[in-house]
Amino acid sequence: MLDDFFSRALIAGIGVAIIAGPLGCFVVWRRMAYFGDTIAHSALLGVSLALLIDINVTLGVFVVAGGVAFSLFALQRRGSLSSDAVLGILSHSALAIGLVLIAFMTWLRVDLMGYLFGDILAISKADLAVIYLGGAATLAILALIWRALLAETASFELAKAEGMNPEFARIVFIFLMAAVIAMTMKIIGVLLITALLIIPAATARRFAANPEQMAVLAALIGIAAVIAGLYGSLNFDTPSGPSIVVAALLLFLASLLPLDALKGALNPSAGDRP
Amino acid sequence: MDQKSQDILIKAHGLGVRRTGRWLIRNVDMSVRRGAIVTLIGPNGSGKSTTVKAILGLLALDEGHVERLAGIRIGYVPQSLTIDRMLPLTVRRLLTLTRRAGEDEISRSLAQVGLADFADAQVQHLSGGEFQRALLARALLREPDLLVLDEPVQGVDFSGEIALYELIREIRHRLGCGILLISHDLHIVMAETDEVVCLNGHVCCSGPPHSVAENAEYRRLFGPRAAQSFAIYRHHHDHTHGAHGEVIPLDGGEAGRPAQEPVHEKGAADA
Repeated sequence: MLDDFFSRALIAGIGVAIIAGPLGCFVVWRRMAYFGDTIAHSALLGVSLALLIDINVTLGVFVVAGGVAFSLFALQRRGSLSSDAVLGILSHSALAIGLVLIAFMTWLRVDLMGYLFGDILAISKADLAVIYLGGAATLAILALIWRALLAETASFELAKAEGMNPEFARIVFIFLMAAVIAMTMKIIGVLLITALLIIPAATARRFAANPEQMAVLAALIGIAAVIAGLYGSLNFDTPSGPSIVVAALLLFLASLLPLDALKGALNPSAGDRP
Repeated sequence: MDQKSQDILIKAHGLGVRRTGRWLIRNVDMSVRRGAIVTLIGPNGSGKSTTVKAILGLLALDEGHVERLAGIRIGYVPQSLTIDRMLPLTVRRLLTLTRRAGEDEISRSLAQVGLADFADAQVQHLSGGEFQRALLARALLREPDLLVLDEPVQGVDFSGEIALYELIREIRHRLGCGILLISHDLHIVMAETDEVVCLNGHVCCSGPPHSVAENAEYRRLFGPRAAQSFAIYRHHHDHTHGAHGEVIPLDGGEAGRPAQEPVHEKGAADA
């Protein structure tokens, strides 16, 4: 079954959705969508550098994305950053430099569209191993820092005053994001990775009563979006990343439809107080 | 007062915090003993929150240092806290943010602050006062050695304020913890306060509540009118404080004799 490219893409996509769900919840809770975009765009720079010095592309992406994420984090800590502007500058220049570098490497035939929008043909068995082993490690680490990260998300000062070591949780989270982006890039593409983090989480919000429920629901919704999107991609010969994002969007829109009656049935405590 | 011990929980030595070339606070010395209530007052921008954040280690110090009792457990009720609407959080889950707790501990803690039926409510649906009390319940659940309350009665109406002071009094008796309280109101200080620290960038004066009202610098800072309206919220008229080494009452008016002329009683004087 792993010999079939479509099965590999499906399995990889499901794995990616499982990791992206819980992590995406934190992206949403912490309002880091633009931050995520910036790291994702820097992934293309990672691709071109990896090709240039001939190392594993996923590793290259992880190193560059992690480096960019860490510098952003350090800048933010120093408080010398007007986040929005600097994120905008970094996000687009990383993407642009990546594209320019690839254009310079005339000796390489690079499927640029594949990197930008994902390519289900590109998933190898090795990629599957990276996604599932790396994903398991990512989720295990996230579980370890869960309480501290959640406390830090609710209030940094509270977490810090009560000895939760929030700085550590924050740094670890940032590297987890870089790892997920590296694992997700091939299937979704650098331009749309953030969508897989954010849309399933946002869809899960209205059905969840606590953070843990939201994380699990986001993973399940992500899986549904990946399956629907990949079948769509196969049938209509569309790039895999945009197809998955469109499927996720449809699920999100569907989640807006059910009216208070359904919401009340699923989550009786939410409607109690005005 | 039944001090369990004279443990000094936290002691600040000459704290100074400078931001953009300006000293927000400087030369601030203060300490909180186990079982004691210390109230910080001061005008807006006098550095009350800065002092507390410096003591809690939330701000980098430019001068001085803070000594903490080893292994101290702190419960913190911040002045304001916004939970993003995208974060689904029940009151129960809010209470266990920084510490695990059993179901009965949670309900006991909530009952204490009058939120017994709220465990499953989403925090976004609470009113300001309810949320503030939920935050207090959260801090209490930690069974802290030191409870730090940053303007806990802000936005709470007068009867709520009295109820909250009552609750703080009870907490001190039951947990025997030290309490560091920032008051939003210059003029009202709990009578149970062992020490009032009046800040204005530096410690302008400190001591038992009645001595602060008569302090010359306090009067200069806030005007004689303020001193006249300085009120001590009392529960017990016969309440006395032992001598505190750190302060000499200006008028020699020992506790026990109720407040001097400028000090008005406020609110219910019942026990």
